[in-house]
Amino acid sequence: MIWESWQAFWAMGGYGLYVWGSFGVTLLCVVAEVGLLRRHRLQVWRRLKRMKSWDIQ
Amino acid sequence: MNLYHYASPSTFYPLAGKLVPWFAALAFILTIAGLYIGFFVAPTDFQQGEGYRIIFIHVPAAWMSMFIYVVMAFWSAIGLAWNTRLSFVMARALAPTGAMFTFVALWTGAFWGKPMWGAWWVWDARLTSELILLFLYVGVMALQAAIDDPRRADRAGALLNLVGVINVPIIYFSVKWWNTLHQGSSVSLTRAPSMAQTMLWGMLIMALAAWMYTIAVALVRARTLVLERERQTEWVRVQLEGQP
Repeated sequence: MIWESWQAFWAMGGYGLYVWGSFGVTLLCVVAEVGLLRRHRLQVWRRLKRMKSWDIQ
Repeated sequence: MNLYHYASPSTFYPLAGKLVPWFAALAFILTIAGLYIGFFVAPTDFQQGEGYRIIFIHVPAAWMSMFIYVVMAFWSAIGLAWNTRLSFVMARALAPTGAMFTFVALWTGAFWGKPMWGAWWVWDARLTSELILLFLYVGVMALQAAIDDPRRADRAGALLNLVGVINVPIIYFSVKWWNTLHQGSSVSLTRAPSMAQTMLWGMLIMALAAWMYTIAVALVRARTLVLERERQTEWVRVQLEGQP
């Protein structure tokens, strides 16, 4: 598949909104999941460390 | 090989930690390769033009949404039968990713349906059963979150999981059993695929990428759950001395 130009690539033969709307939201979902997961892990880590230092387990 | 050895949280935790970067790297490389094939190698479809390229996420996401549910139900069944702690952890760790893929399958389906069928949504058997799958994922997670005692939460969630698994064959066979607007499968185990070779490869590589991604995030989530649940143990205290 050879695209004539970048414009042609982004236009996706008139289906640009649908193709990029699909890929964009998928990317957003993946980024959000990874970000939330990382934040949650750090929160748990810090909480457990605090509990350990107080020895209230 | 002693499987019980790996079922112990203190063995699982460091092993999973070592595996995560590999699965994450594979997911990344496969995604790049899949997208390259999807956008630069696969030809234009003679009926749907460039619009068909949504297939490279829609089909892998839909496959994953069903497969993750089945794997979750498998771990739930193992957990209920043998009361193995790690099985429930695995079942829990998969749910959010399964829900994410279900949402992506529905979303990309809508964005494909609009230009091809002229509607974002129709109450067709395939679409409706997939929406029910999303509700099942959300239901399992909500049920687990609503019960304070983790052991009871695990069992309740696992039970709902097992009841809900009946929905998966319904989704899969819906296009055969009912007259649906959704097309039948282009790829099946029993006959040659009805699509161009490069399209098929792009799709399969994206599906593999989705698998690797799922394993990576599920392992990270499982590790975090294990830390929380085993916080009274000596090995977690030792772990906490290091880096997250």
